[in-house]
Amino acid sequence: MGSLSSLNRYFARYKGKLLLGILFILFSNMATVYVPLLLRDGIDALRSNTDYETIIRYAIMIVAASAIGGVFRFSIRETIIVMSWQIEYDLRHDFWAHIQRLSARFFSNNSTGNIMAHATNDIKAVRSFVGPAVMYSIDTVTRFAMVIIIITSINTPLTIYALLPLPLLSFFVYKLSKKIHKRFTKIQEKFSDITTKAQESFSGIRVIKSYVREESEIDLFKKMSSEYLNLNMHKVKIQALFMPILFLITGTSIIIIIWIGGSMVINNVLTLGELIAFAAYLGLLIWPVIAIGWVLNLIQQGSASMKRIKRIWDEYVEIDDHRKTKFSINDIKGDISFRNVSFKYKDDGEEVLKNINIDIPRGKTLAVIGHTGVGKSSLVNLVPRLYDVTGGEILIDGNNIKDFPLRVLRKNIGMVPQETFLFSDTLKNNILFGVDKPGDEIIERVSKISQLHKDVENFSKGYETILGERGITLSGGQKQRTCLARALAIDPKILILDDSFSAVDTHTEEDILLSLKEFMKERTSLIISHRISTVKDADKIIVLDKGSIAEEGTHDELIAKDGIYAELHYKQLLEEELKELN
Amino acid sequence: MNKEDEIIGKAYDSQLMKRLMSYVKPYKKYVISAILFAIVVAALGPVRPYLTKIAIDEYIANSDYDGLLFISMLLVASLIFQAVIQYVLTYFTQLMGQKIIYDLRVKIFSHVQKLALKYFDKTPIGRIVTRVTNDVESLNEMFSSGIVMVFSDIFQIIWIFIFMFTMSWDLSLVTLSVLPVLFYGTFLFRRKVRESYRDVRKHLARLNSYMQEHITGINVLQLFTKENEELKKFGKINEDHKKANTSAVFYYAIFFPSVEFLSSIAIALIIWYGGGSVIEGTMTIGVLFAFVQYTEMFFRPVRDLSEKYNIMQTAMASSERIFNLLDNETFIKNPNEPNEFKNIEGKIEFNDVSFAYNDDEYVLKNLNFEIKPGESAALVGATGAGKTSIINLLTRFYDIQKGKILIDGRDISRVDKAELREHISIVLQDIQLFSGTIKSNIDLNSEDIPFERVKEAAEIVGANKFIEKLPKQYDEEVKEKGSTLSVGQKQLISFARALAYNPQILILDEATSSVDTETEQLIQHAIEKLLVGRTSIVIAHRLSTIQNADKIIVMHKGEIREIGTHQELLAKRGIYYKLYQLQYKDQEITKTA
Repeated sequence: MGSLSSLNRYFARYKGKLLLGILFILFSNMATVYVPLLLRDGIDALRSNTDYETIIRYAIMIVAASAIGGVFRFSIRETIIVMSWQIEYDLRHDFWAHIQRLSARFFSNNSTGNIMAHATNDIKAVRSFVGPAVMYSIDTVTRFAMVIIIITSINTPLTIYALLPLPLLSFFVYKLSKKIHKRFTKIQEKFSDITTKAQESFSGIRVIKSYVREESEIDLFKKMSSEYLNLNMHKVKIQALFMPILFLITGTSIIIIIWIGGSMVINNVLTLGELIAFAAYLGLLIWPVIAIGWVLNLIQQGSASMKRIKRIWDEYVEIDDHRKTKFSINDIKGDISFRNVSFKYKDDGEEVLKNINIDIPRGKTLAVIGHTGVGKSSLVNLVPRLYDVTGGEILIDGNNIKDFPLRVLRKNIGMVPQETFLFSDTLKNNILFGVDKPGDEIIERVSKISQLHKDVENFSKGYETILGERGITLSGGQKQRTCLARALAIDPKILILDDSFSAVDTHTEEDILLSLKEFMKERTSLIISHRISTVKDADKIIVLDKGSIAEEGTHDELIAKDGIYAELHYKQLLEEELKELN
Repeated sequence: MNKEDEIIGKAYDSQLMKRLMSYVKPYKKYVISAILFAIVVAALGPVRPYLTKIAIDEYIANSDYDGLLFISMLLVASLIFQAVIQYVLTYFTQLMGQKIIYDLRVKIFSHVQKLALKYFDKTPIGRIVTRVTNDVESLNEMFSSGIVMVFSDIFQIIWIFIFMFTMSWDLSLVTLSVLPVLFYGTFLFRRKVRESYRDVRKHLARLNSYMQEHITGINVLQLFTKENEELKKFGKINEDHKKANTSAVFYYAIFFPSVEFLSSIAIALIIWYGGGSVIEGTMTIGVLFAFVQYTEMFFRPVRDLSEKYNIMQTAMASSERIFNLLDNETFIKNPNEPNEFKNIEGKIEFNDVSFAYNDDEYVLKNLNFEIKPGESAALVGATGAGKTSIINLLTRFYDIQKGKILIDGRDISRVDKAELREHISIVLQDIQLFSGTIKSNIDLNSEDIPFERVKEAAEIVGANKFIEKLPKQYDEEVKEKGSTLSVGQKQLISFARALAYNPQILILDEATSSVDTETEQLIQHAIEKLLVGRTSIVIAHRLSTIQNADKIIVMHKGEIREIGTHQELLAKRGIYYKLYQLQYKDQEITKTA
């Protein structure tokens, strides 16, 4: 439950609303508990043969009291429940602001689905605590207190008799809930088994079909489903006791009032009006008693969810500015050096990069080539600090990149990640994503370099075309070229291309490389590729193998070496030949 | 978000309801007895205010202690009786609901099992899983509580009417005069809530898709340092979502107090009109009291209406999605009168076969080849040449557009699918293991395969060595997707599986994933054993496999370009020669090295 205390600062923010809400609850309950008193007086007046007008007066007062109560009840929701939505907003906002700052490591350890579950279900559960649970618990407590004070003052013995069965109710509710919870956990486990079974069976459908195992799969599924049914019924056996016990116990209270209270009326210790008021008061208590169990449940869920949210909140922002950050640096020239750089993803994991030493003077192009999984992407991801090196250091203009303000560093690096990711937005907004001062001339310039412009001219809406699920789907090559344009648009000092032409045909690639040449004159570039054609003109090429630099030099030097690079070159020529073949 | 998942739907759709009811039919007896019970239970609630009225008017008024005790006993009896019936009723309606959704769940699962692969190509697995799990689950509430509760609510209202009118018809009319207002108010509320619910859903969807998208693209967001700007955008979407919700709060805030207010008007009416009658001596105070209690009983079901509305709405949306799936009939049809297909030898012929996954985009063009019984054929070609498509056709995972595929001279589209597949085993590159045991992953829960055969198969492929080292050997648990096993071990299990089924024809898609030398030797050995004595088609990635093949079929851009043995084809210096240099030659180097 302790985790809920972290909500205090949010409550504090809406102190006024909360206090007002509590006040409204008090007032509305005052009005509500007043009605049975009116009923009492009305009935007693009738017994003493009153006049017609008195009766009408009581009727009007009942309506008035309930109207006042109603207005307050309306106001409770408009304060407390509205506050709960505001707090939900704040929670989600803070959650998201934190998420945004977490590093790539966090996102590779936590699936999108998992993070989404926190942002939706858990926040929702916390809101149910902040709103309904808070509202109903205050309501229940105040109403209980008021009713008990009033009925005790009317007749103490009868109050004691009438309330006698109620602790029994709480006892049962508590006992049953515990058992139900236990059985429910088993049901959930079985449900997740069923889900797994369906998942496996559908994704393994080829195997099932080819071995003609459909029937036995269905039998297995039937078995699981019927176990699930039995577990559910096991729970129902107890759960179905809930309402009957509730009726039984509250009903007993009413009967006690009628029997003992009735005898009191006969003995003239109690008036008939008081008897009826007692019954009405008991009616007012039934709902709060039911609500207790429900509210406890909400509090429990809210607290569990808050704990989960806090776990993400407490997640350390690994890559960020720090005390030693040199905020005086506000520009980058583009000399990059790797000094004995090594890197591993997990502390106890294998090193994916070992002892890398590279120097790239400003304005030059370095190409990295190698088989899949040799660490090419890991290498370039270190430069914009998506991950931090675990050994050695990377220098830009002679300064350790860790000392740059993160913003300055990233603002000056244009990166095209291997996975092309575009937002479901217009083409224009995607290209200008990183640009502070958008302008049409930028779009045209970068689209021409990345050979995107011609494609866009064929779109009826041009750069206003919406991408993604709600718009059009670009081809793989178009996506890559858009990502390139997006990186060029920020006018970067360092350009990083991580296998960015894999889906672009060789002819277009040549055009892009040619127009990039001019653009790259003053800039440093890092190009990863599988293709020799992409890297052959680079100032320097390094061949990465198992995390280390295996070969380095220019294209001609490497061909002469007759090593991995030459082998790759030969194979790609063959592949080209095959492709051309008809 | 997918269109199908966006279905919000109406709370009641007669077409859907009719279809849903067809699943209730087998449990007619349950429904009828549940309704009978509901009628009784519904009467027991309203009978108590009536008894209370008697207590007040007859016994308290006349100072009759014994009568009061008697009535109290009656009340206790009715209470206990109600509790017991209520319990039984809940139990059986839940049982019925559970049984219905069991039926439905199994029906969907079986239906999916029978759908053709084409369906799976187009539909994300997660979506299909949701149909058998969550969607079915959301019908549970409707079946188990919804239907019967609606009946008991209606009957309770009817009983209340009966008691009220027998006690005093004019006071009944006066009290019930608030009803039209209540109904109209509820109707209005429902309409407004539905509108705002839709608004909330829309904004929630927007919020979720924003988060989903930006978590996926978080590195782009961070690389371009757009955290502040995006936070502002997010703030706007979050704000809209909040606004939609707070405006929905308004309707609830109005509705509940209004209902309470109406009920107090009814009570005031009782006091006013009834009180007047009491003064005139035409009515007793007990009647007044009973009426006050009836008013409360009356309003409860109406108040719960909105909750029931939600249950129905979700149920309708889910059932629409479920029926969409059940109506999908992407099947590979079995011939009406299948030809006999027992004891085959294993000759395979492709005659002018052309095939397209989507109309007219042919991935295989005019294929002609023959594999004799017991022969081993290797398929080679660059990625996308059409190798996988060929093996998909032989088991009729897809049907061809042109030509004929014959096994032992018989057209495979003219024989029973199950019989056809019983003669063919497939080992796929992407190895599929199921939760269960090692044994169940080899025999796939078939009772026709004795345990001896499972062990024998494992021995032949050499899987027994690692299996016997496991604590529980063949009964060792296999976790989801076999995460505790190595790649090589998984492959050996899939080989053992194919062997245990002892097929006449074997299709093997060799895995490309790299394994250590020792495992590689184990696998190579296993493949050799696997191919002995059966016709086989192998998508070959191993040099040893193509070298041992009786015939190599070279695919290029959907066509067969060369057929021959390894040596013949090498000598030809054509496509195969190039492919060999690209894909297989390295293995030779490492071998000799």
